[in-house]
Parts: sequence; C-alpha cells; structure tokens
Amino acid sequence: MENIIETPKLALTKKDFESDRMVKWCPGCGDHAILKAVENVFPELGIPKENFVVVSGIGCSSRFPYYMNTYGVHGIHGRAAALATGVKLANPELSVWMITGDGDSMAIGGNHFIHVVRRNPDINILLFNNKIYGLTKGQFSPTSPEGSKTKTSPQGTYEAPFNPGELVIGAHGKFFARVVDTNIKMMSQVFTEAAKHKGTSVVEILENCVIFNNQIHALITSRDTKDENQLFLEAGEPMIFGKERDKGIVLRGTNLEVVKIGENGITEKDILVHDPHTEDSGIHVMLASMMPPEFPAALGVIRSVKSHTFEELVWNSVEHEKKTSKLKNVDDLLHTGNTWVKQ
Amino acid sequence: MSDKKDRVIELKNAVIRFAGDSGDGMQLTGSLFSDSTAIVGNDFATFPDYPAEIRAPQGTVSGVSGFQIHFGDMDIHTSGDQADVLVAMNPASLKANMNWITRDAIIIVDTDAFVEKNFKKAGYDENPLTDGSLTGHLVIEAPITTMTKEAVKELQLDNKSAQKSKNMFALGMVFFMFNRDYEGTFKFFEDKFKSNPLVVEANKKVLLAGYHFANTIEAFANTYKIEPAPLKKGLYRNVTGNLATAWGFLAAAERSGRNLFLGSYPITPASEILQEISKHKQFTAIAFQAEDEIAGIVSAIGASYAGSLALTTTSGPGLSLKSEAIGLAVMTELPIVIVDVQRGGPSTGLPTKSEQSDLMQALFGRNGEAPVIVIAATSSSDCFYSAYEASKLALEHMTPVILLTDGALANGSEVFLIPQVASLPEIVPPIVKANDPDFKPYKRDEKKLNRPWAIPGTEGLRHRVGGLEKEDVTGHVSYDPLNHEKMVKTRQEKVDRVAEYIPELSVIGEKEGDILVIGWGGTYGVILTAIEELREEGQKISFAHFKHIMPLPKNTGDVLSKYKRIIVCENNLGQFVNYLRMNFPMYDYLQYNKVQGLPFMVSELKAHFSSLLNE
Repeated sequence: MENIIETPKLALTKKDFESDRMVKWCPGCGDHAILKAVENVFPELGIPKENFVVVSGIGCSSRFPYYMNTYGVHGIHGRAAALATGVKLANPELSVWMITGDGDSMAIGGNHFIHVVRRNPDINILLFNNKIYGLTKGQFSPTSPEGSKTKTSPQGTYEAPFNPGELVIGAHGKFFARVVDTNIKMMSQVFTEAAKHKGTSVVEILENCVIFNNQIHALITSRDTKDENQLFLEAGEPMIFGKERDKGIVLRGTNLEVVKIGENGITEKDILVHDPHTEDSGIHVMLASMMPPEFPAALGVIRSVKSHTFEELVWNSVEHEKKTSKLKNVDDLLHTGNTWVKQ
Repeated sequence: MSDKKDRVIELKNAVIRFAGDSGDGMQLTGSLFSDSTAIVGNDFATFPDYPAEIRAPQGTVSGVSGFQIHFGDMDIHTSGDQADVLVAMNPASLKANMNWITRDAIIIVDTDAFVEKNFKKAGYDENPLTDGSLTGHLVIEAPITTMTKEAVKELQLDNKSAQKSKNMFALGMVFFMFNRDYEGTFKFFEDKFKSNPLVVEANKKVLLAGYHFANTIEAFANTYKIEPAPLKKGLYRNVTGNLATAWGFLAAAERSGRNLFLGSYPITPASEILQEISKHKQFTAIAFQAEDEIAGIVSAIGASYAGSLALTTTSGPGLSLKSEAIGLAVMTELPIVIVDVQRGGPSTGLPTKSEQSDLMQALFGRNGEAPVIVIAATSSSDCFYSAYEASKLALEHMTPVILLTDGALANGSEVFLIPQVASLPEIVPPIVKANDPDFKPYKRDEKKLNRPWAIPGTEGLRHRVGGLEKEDVTGHVSYDPLNHEKMVKTRQEKVDRVAEYIPELSVIGEKEGDILVIGWGGTYGVILTAIEELREEGQKISFAHFKHIMPLPKNTGDVLSKYKRIIVCENNLGQFVNYLRMNFPMYDYLQYNKVQGLPFMVSELKAHFSSLLNE
C-alpha cells in the first residue's frame, strides 16, 4: 500500500521560494540543479509557503536552506535528522525538508540517520551523494568506492562503502528513491512523490562534484552510457531499460539478472514488474544494490510503503491523554499524591 | 497509641538511616517513614544512598542501599550528617554505614541475617554483634525474617513473597520508636496493591508485628517524639529535586502558553526528569527519548525554532556531548534550557554520587565566545523554582540557559510548600505577530538585546537561522570581521544584561565584618545549617549563597568588598572561587573543598569555620 497526502493547490510560483541571496556553490555543481527542482516542486504541493521548514547539517549541500525563501535552519554536522525530528514533533503541520550529504548523514550523522528512518516522522530527506567531502576539500566519504584515491587516501581507501538505499531499507525505511542530478524533470517528479508520501522519505541524489570527484557517476549519467545504465522504475511497469528498450530485469532463483528481450526466448512478460508498495523489502533492497557495470542503477521510487508516522502516534497519544487525564492543569498535578495542610 | 507514654522523650530533631540489600526495599521503607513524618508536621529532608549497580551481589557492601531522613521541630535544611538510628537488615549494611552513624546511635538489626556466610560476604571476620565493635551503641536484636514469616503464616504465602515484606517489620519497629500512627501507611498498601489483597494484608500484618514486637521487648527503654515544625501555613508535599525540576518546567510551559518539548537521553542521575515529563502528555508536553545526547539537544533546538519551550536534561558526560549544539543555540539565539544534574567526574566517574565539578564546563565548555545563562538550584524544592526561572530567562531573553542541579538535590527530597501556578511570575516570550512589517530576524530589543522569535507557520516572517555568523539585524550569513566582533560582543552583553532581571545577592548575618562564607548551588542547606548553628552559639559569621552564576548578581562586588576574609565552599577543587578570582581579582579568597562524591557535613563545616574564627 502506498501512503499519499493529497492537498488542494495554492496560487504559488517558483518565485515565492527563490531567495535573494547569492548562491555560492561552484559553477557546474549538481546542487544548482537540485535547488531548481525543489523550487519547481514546492509551489505545486498545495502547502502554504510559511509552512515549509528546510533544515540541514553541514557540508556544501547543507547551505541549501540559505538559498530558499522559507523558514530554515542550518544546523551542525550530522545532526539535521535530529533537528528535523524536533521541528516536526513540535508542529506536525509543517512540511519539513532535510538537506544532507553523504558525509553529513552516512558518517558523522549515521546514527541519527538510521534512527530517523526507523521512527518514520513525515520528513523529506534529500541526500546529496557525491561520494566525497567537498566543503573540506576532497577527502573520501563513507560512500566513496573501495580503493578511491583522495587527499586522505593517497593509496586508495581500504574500506567498503555504504549504499544509502540498503541502509534505509535495513533501518525499516518506508520510502526510498534515487535520482540523478542531471535530470531536473526526474528530480521534480520524484521529489513530488517523496513529498506526498506520509512518513520519512529518503531520496538519494547521485550528484557530481566538479571540483573533487568529477564524473564519479559518469557511467550512470553521461550521454553515451546513461541509457544502458539507468533503470527508471515505475509502479506496475516492467523493469525495462536500454536505448532500444530491449533489456530487462528478471528474478532468477534468489538473484536479479539482466536479460535481453528477444534472446533465449525472453519476452516482455518475463520481465519483473515493479511493485514499490509491497511490504516485503527483498526485491527493493536488491534493486537498491544494483550498480553498473553489471547492472543498471535503479532510479525512481524503489520503495514506498504505507505506515503510521512517528508524530501521528505521539500526537494521538497527546490527544488521548488530554481527553482522559484527570489532571487538567499543573495545579492539579502539584496536588496529586500525599499532601498535607499546615494550619 | 503507645503503652509506654511515661517513657516518651521529646527531641528537637533526629536522623534515621534505613539500610539493606538493594533488593530489600529500603527506599520504599524510607519514603513511607517520610510520609508519616509529614503527617505529624515535622520538617524533613531525605537522601537515598544506593549503588550504581542495579543488583550488586547480595549481601556484599557494594550492594547496600540506604535511605536517610532528617526530621525535626525546626526548619530542616539537610538530610543530616550522621544517623541517630540505623536499621541494618544484614551485616553488609552495618559495615557500610558504621561511619555514618553517631557514636551512641541506636542500631536495629535483623539477627536472622547475622550468620556466618553473610559475615564473609560483608567482609567481617567475626560476628560484629558479639565482637565488641558496637560498644557504646544500643543494639536492638530482632529476628526480623523469622517473625515476618510467622506473621504471615496464616496467609499461606510462598517463602519468597513472605520475606519480601520484612522491611515493613523494621518500619513497624521504627514507627513504635517514634510514636507514629500507621493508618496512613495502611492506606498506602491498599492503594498500591489494590489488585492483590493478599499483599495488602501481608504488609499490614508484618508492619503491626514489628510495631508490637517493639512495644513488647524490653530493649527499648524509651520512645521518642518530635513536635511539629513551625512551617508557614499552607499545603505541603514531599518532592525530590528531579521531580521538582520536571514540575517547574511544566508550570513554566503552562504559564508561558508554549508547548513543552524535552529531547533527552537516559543518564544517571537525570533520567527521572525525562521519566516524569513522559507521563504528562495531557499538558501537551512531549518527551522525546532520542538516540543519543546530541540528538536530545538538537531535537530540542528544532522544537525551539518551531515555538516550543524546549529542554534537554543530562548529567556531566552528556553535557560534554551537547557542547557543540549549545553553541548552535547561542548562535541562532533560540531559547532552550539545558539541565545538568551533576555527578562525580571526570568521564563516567561516580554516576550515583554528587559533585559540583561541572561549573567550568557549564560556563566555558564550548568553542568560540559562547556565553549562556548559568543558574544553580539550591535545594530539592528550589529545583521547581530554578526550572521555572531558567525557562523564563531562556524564553524572555532568547538564549540557552544551563541549569545546574546535582545528584544530592536530584535524589534527595524535602518538604515543599505547594505554590499556585498563577502566583508565579509572568513569562512573556518575544513572539512576533504575523506579517509584522518591521520584522528582522536579528533586530534586537533595546533593553534586553534579545532577538524576536518568529515561529514557522506564521505568515510573513520566513527567515533562516544557522550556525554561521549572522549579519546584525538582517541575520544573513556574514563573514565581515567587524560585524563578527559586534555580534560576539552583543551576544555577551545580552547575557550580561540579565543581571538586571535577577535578584541581588543577599547576606545572612552581619552585612560587613570579618568572615563571609560563600557557597553556590546545592550546598545551600548544609552551609546554612552550619552558619545558623554558629550564629546561635554567638559567633559573628556571615553567609552569601549564589544561585545565579552567569551573570552574577550585580551587587556581588559590593558584598565581597565588605569582609576581611572570604571563604568559598564547594564540592570541587575550586571552580567557583576561581570564577570569582577572575571577576573580582581585587579580593583574597580562602577555599574549602570536598570532592568525595558526598555532600558536606554540617559538623565539618562548623569545625572549619570555628578554626578560622579562632585564628
């Protein structure tokens, strides 16, 4: 089951969300395109502009709140998830967007990240994954491929990277999607779905860092290779990709496999049909794990499962206690238990 | 009530210590005795002394759990130096407490537990009841376990359940000793074990058995009586510091019209505040148990931005983890209260013991120039007013406030005159109205220098805050050197100006003279008692106690200038005295320090002050 919030449209435009501040990201940085996509999406969500709160941690991506004309908090390194949780719990009416990077949420904020996903407050997390520390100028991150040569790994890294999608699903995440920073249309579409999902939605954005990790996602994003390496998932549609749309994903035994339609008797009917709404995360985690060159990277909404939200449970409890508690005010509380009068 | 009315001795005050294995129910026994003390109208203070381990090995000294109560017919400010009566449920409890009882204390023991194997566990070579080590004490030997089993025989409880109520036998004995009525305690059993009438019956029978045993035996030469204390008229209750802290915040939330949000992580000895707030969702108080200390405070900062009265509660090591986030609250100028229930440090230190050694951390433990208001509660019941005031200062001045309490205040309890919430000072946060054309995120109030609080969801006030330096007035990110210096100075001055909004320092005793004793925070009761006793003995000695640490009361220098000698007493190596040296270098300071994880004793303070007076 999916979990969707529908709201009537308001007369807002992109202009309502553009800040008057100079955007100071490097020319060519993926952040610019993501900012555009977010500015496209916000006016379309039917949410009053004063109800958006954009929070972030630390890093290049985390400057994002300063470039949006909304309420916003630029937090401290790794802690955006805690900040977002506090805002949302305090006022569930707000549309809370958390902007973070692979250093911010996979390293120093890894703990908060898995816990926010586990609790499932209705927060939209945009995880900018450029697989490098940009703001500190080029050290490897927890998502850098093993062996990556960076300023702090001159001989290459010695550690296995995290795949954010696996982490989200492992933490009982209800919504995970992936997009590329080279496709504003795709980003806008998926961000909208993330916004409409009730619960924590994590969107991983495969992002380029022109300065310190240029072309890190080239196989997935470059004009020559993208068609063969991108699988855009849509609910109810077969997992077909390739320039000629002649490749697909099948389940063989317990593994996914790339097949060619028309070869070895394979027809479109044999191709797996995407079901992002199934509770069972087995296929979802396999899709999230797929990476070129063996597989295409799965893009779009990989998992979107209905569940109650954290703040819903907390506030239902508040309402219930208000109705049933004998204590109507703090004076009542102070008089509970053993009291005695001194004449 | 007693058959032995002719042998009732009137006392001014007394200290009782209940000690047993950590599973023996000594805390409950103590708190039931406290309740009966309240009913007879004595003033009192209590202090639990329990091990860090939940169930340390049975019968060993490290597994001993104690509860001390000091009660009297006058104002009681401390839980007492040494006990006049010790209840020792086993040899380990006797051994652990020999240093904490008076030389002629009455000792009640459960002789059934004084057997060979328990002597070994407690580290005794011989039976302490017979080896002469208790000379000078009146030892009341009672086969408590046997008689407890006997008392409930007809109820046919299993052996374990029967023994569980043996603490009530001891309580019954002490009730008899102090001429107490047990009806209130019976009522407690009836409420507490409503669903289990057998347990109610068992506890009643055992308590009565203890009472009658004490009445019958020849050992008690006398019983004791303490007249009611001349407390102010009004409605009273007993509170621990942690309970009072939680309630002070709930009162502040109600009075300020803000929802309460506590982001916290369990830590000894602060967890009870989180537990208490968790119970009160009916007041729209949200307690969020976070994944760690950092998420605790950062979620609170998020809630503060969103318009809540936001808090985080912790103890020393947790405060270390929160340092960076406190800096964020300083920079974003958002209201938040950070409670540090101080315990013995450094590192994990002495988790269940009390100390005042986080003062410097609270004042200066952050990167950059990061001033915050620091106040320190002075007693268990003052925790209520301190929490309330901390909230008021945070909300009205738009700044983080660190509230220091300590393990002794937190777990200790005392009599609390219940206030009316409506009688507490008004709290008026600077919340901006929708579409205010003059709104700028960092445009300050001329008097307080606070910035306005513009709450998300309000039309026409969209703005961004964050940890990067802010441009004056607009709040835009600014790297301008002169702007930075201006903002650093302004944030400091905002906190300094709070001195205009807190009470002046008051002095007990001569307003000028030879010796001024200084304390701060949780040592108030014990220093006050020492000073009162010395003054009653005719000594000229004055006392000033600090609750407001940053900023200091504005007459502080004035007060210090009036005395020849100043002695600063604190449970650390001299953190407050060094803070005074920094602020008022023109005066000489003596210091008296104790860092044992234990509060001062009145006797040691009196002895030290007397020797100074005689110099």
